[in-house]
Formats: sequence, C-alpha cells, structure tokens
Amino acid sequence: MSEGALYEVFVRPKRGLSHVHVGSLHAPDATMALRNARDLYTRRQEGVSVWVVAADDITASSPDEKDSFFDPAADKVYRHPTFYDVPEDVEYL
Amino acid sequence: MYGNDFGTDAEPLNAAEGGALDDVLQSATERRTTPGSFDDLIAREQRIEPRDDMPDDYRKTLIRQIAQHAHSEIIGMQPEGNWISRAPSLRRKAILMAKVQDEAGHGLYLYSAAETLGVDRSELLDKLHSGRQKYSSIFNYPTATWADVGAIGWLVDGAAIMNQVPLCRCSYGPYARAMIRVCKEESFHQRQGFEILWTLARGTDDQKAMAQDAADRWWWPALMMFGPPDTGEAAKGGGHTEQSMAWGIKRFSNDDLRQKFIDMTVPQAQKLGLTLPDPDLRWNEERGHWDFGAIDWDELWRVIKGDGPMNAARIAHRVTAHDDGAWVREAATAYAEKSAARTKGAVA
Ligand SMILES: [Fe+2]
Ligand SMILES: [Fe+2]
Repeated sequence: MSEGALYEVFVRPKRGLSHVHVGSLHAPDATMALRNARDLYTRRQEGVSVWVVAADDITASSPDEKDSFFDPAADKVYRHPTFYDVPEDVEYL
Repeated sequence: MYGNDFGTDAEPLNAAEGGALDDVLQSATERRTTPGSFDDLIAREQRIEPRDDMPDDYRKTLIRQIAQHAHSEIIGMQPEGNWISRAPSLRRKAILMAKVQDEAGHGLYLYSAAETLGVDRSELLDKLHSGRQKYSSIFNYPTATWADVGAIGWLVDGAAIMNQVPLCRCSYGPYARAMIRVCKEESFHQRQGFEILWTLARGTDDQKAMAQDAADRWWWPALMMFGPPDTGEAAKGGGHTEQSMAWGIKRFSNDDLRQKFIDMTVPQAQKLGLTLPDPDLRWNEERGHWDFGAIDWDELWRVIKGDGPMNAARIAHRVTAHDDGAWVREAATAYAEKSAARTKGAVA
C-alpha cells in the first residue's frame, strides 16, 4: 500500500507565537501534506500558518547521549541572574 | 477499547501473562537506580518520549492500546455515517458530517502517535482488516433510527470522554498530547447528541418513544465500554489495569470510571425524561453513588469475539473503502513522482 512519506506538522496558533509541533501525517508530497495538515490539525481555526517537514529531513539529538550533550550547560550557574550577590536596596537591578 | 485496553490478541499482552514478569522485575529494579531512566521518569510522573529507552512490554502495550483506540475512532465513523444522507435537517446533516470528520481526525492523531513507537500505520490497518487487532465492541451494534445518532453522541461519546480525559495525563507523551486534542473536540460530540435526544424527548409521542428505545438499546453496551470489572469472576477475561496503572498509562480502574459515568449520566437521563433500562438503578446514600444491576459480560465477550450484530459488516465496509481508495493513493504517488522528476530535470 502506498501511503507516502511521513511529514511532521507545525502550526502557528496565532500571530506573535512560534510554530509548535502538533503531530504528523502521511502524504505523497509536501503540497498534499500541507493540505492534509490543514484538514487534520486546523479544523477549528487552531492556526494561522502551517509548516510541514519531511520527517526524514529532521536531525535530532539522541536521548542516549542526552547527559553528555546537555552537560556543558549544567555547571555554568553564573549564566543566571540569581547567581550574583548584590545589595538588596539597589533598584532596577 | 476506545482508550481502554484489554486483551483479545492471541499473543501474550503483558509481562504477567507471558510469564516473563520476573525478567521485567529484574531489569526494572536495575533501572530504578539510574536517574533519567524509565522507572525514574515514571516514578517522578515525567513523560516518556518516543526515542527514550523503555521496556519492551511498555512499548507493546502502548502500540496495541493506541492502535485499538485509533481503529475504534475510524470504525466509529460507520454507525453515524449511516445517517448522514438521512439526517432530518440541513443543520443536523452539517453537524453530523463535522462530527464524523472529527472521528476520522481522532483516528489519524492516534495512528500518528502509534507510529512514534516504531510501527507503520499500514501494518496496523492490515491488522484491523484481518481481525488481528480489535476496535471498541460498541460499534458492532446497528444504528436503527435517527435517535441512535443522539444516543451515540450522548452515551458513547460521553463514555469515551470519561475514558479519555485521564489519558491526557498518560505517561507516554505523544499519546497524552493526542488525547488532549481529542478531548477538546469530544465535548461538542456529546452535546450535539444530547440535543438530538432533548429535541425528540419533547416532540411527538412517536419521537419520544424513538428516543426511549435508543436509550434502552445503548445503555448497557455503553457501560461495557469501560471494559470488564477489575475484580471477581468476570475480571479473568484479560484486563491489564494493574500493569497499565503502574506504568502511568491508565489512571483509574475500569469500575471507577464506569461508576463515574453512571453517576454523571443518570441525572442527565432524568432531565431528558428518559428511563434507563435497569430496574436496580437507585441512589445509594451511604456510598454517595448510584447502584446498578449486573452487566451481561457474556454479551461483551460474544461481541468482542465477532458475534455482534454488525462485526462482519463493519470490517467488510472498512476493507471495501480502503480498496476503493487505492487508485487515489496510487494516482497521488504517481503525480508526486512525476513532478519530483520534472523539478530534478529543470535543475540539471
Ligand atoms: Fe473520537
Ligand atoms: Fe467523538
């Protein structure tokens, strides 16, 4: 059975917000994927813009290496404003 | 079972049944020590996401449950679709088409969620068509009158909501997210059904009788949608409540959900002026719940095993629709290939 490639679907719920992943669907090509995405994921005006991306074209980080992959950020607490000791009575800081 | 899960497949459905419980326990204890491991995530009520490490039986249970849920959505289009061409007004027809289209959408959200577990949807459809995977037995009953469309929305979608709301917090991320989407859409389904019965119940004597007849026929099958009881003789049919609860797939037992549904629905029936076909139905002050009569579990097992009034018709219709649509899929693929080749030629 030919059901086409897998596409991931992203919807911008309204102006001012980013596109958010909502799910996936199968389609023979990107144009059909976009039309199917409209019918499947925006039947109640859930979006003002839709992206479809062939699932094969996505490169993702692997859960197996998530510790080492995200680790470099863990010990740099000085990147957060709460790290700093400042007098309490200074305004706008 | 429409967001419920009990076994009818031939293969062992969870570790306990397969006799492999010891293996699972062993590896489960090992995993528990590692932060970020499956058991650690489950214990901390975190979501499991598609590429995470997960026990094989967790994956299998989810695939089977999500697939059966998806199948239920698309087979569920048939009993109501049966009335689209005969809806009593243009308003009702537009509503019913929107509702049936939603059910198709629910099926597709769910197939999409199942695919994140590494199965192909054509494989799942194949299993549906060949009877190796089931769908909710509720859809093996016929829709004899227009009032049945009302009763389905009110009782069947009502019961589905009761099952599906807790699934919005299911431990598997893609399933939970699909359920949130589904639940948002279900409340219209239930309300339009109630409105159909509300209209009939205040109509002519014949219309009122039609509404009553539909409630009489759908009440017991709707209660069976929650699956077999969790304890006692009838529980031996193969429920997976305990394991599924430990895994955070299921949040409430079948009996709890059934009781909640009855407590919610009885006052609605009273409001409609319809009686429910259970002489033992009475308010129990002490329990704070409605007591109800014995459910005919033999009927449920009979229908699940294929002996319901519409089992054969539903699958035959589904297979025909699939086969009749083959040329559309083929044409779309041929067109996509042709235009891809043309683009390539233009670039070269
Ligand atoms: Fe649905
Ligand atoms: Fe529904």
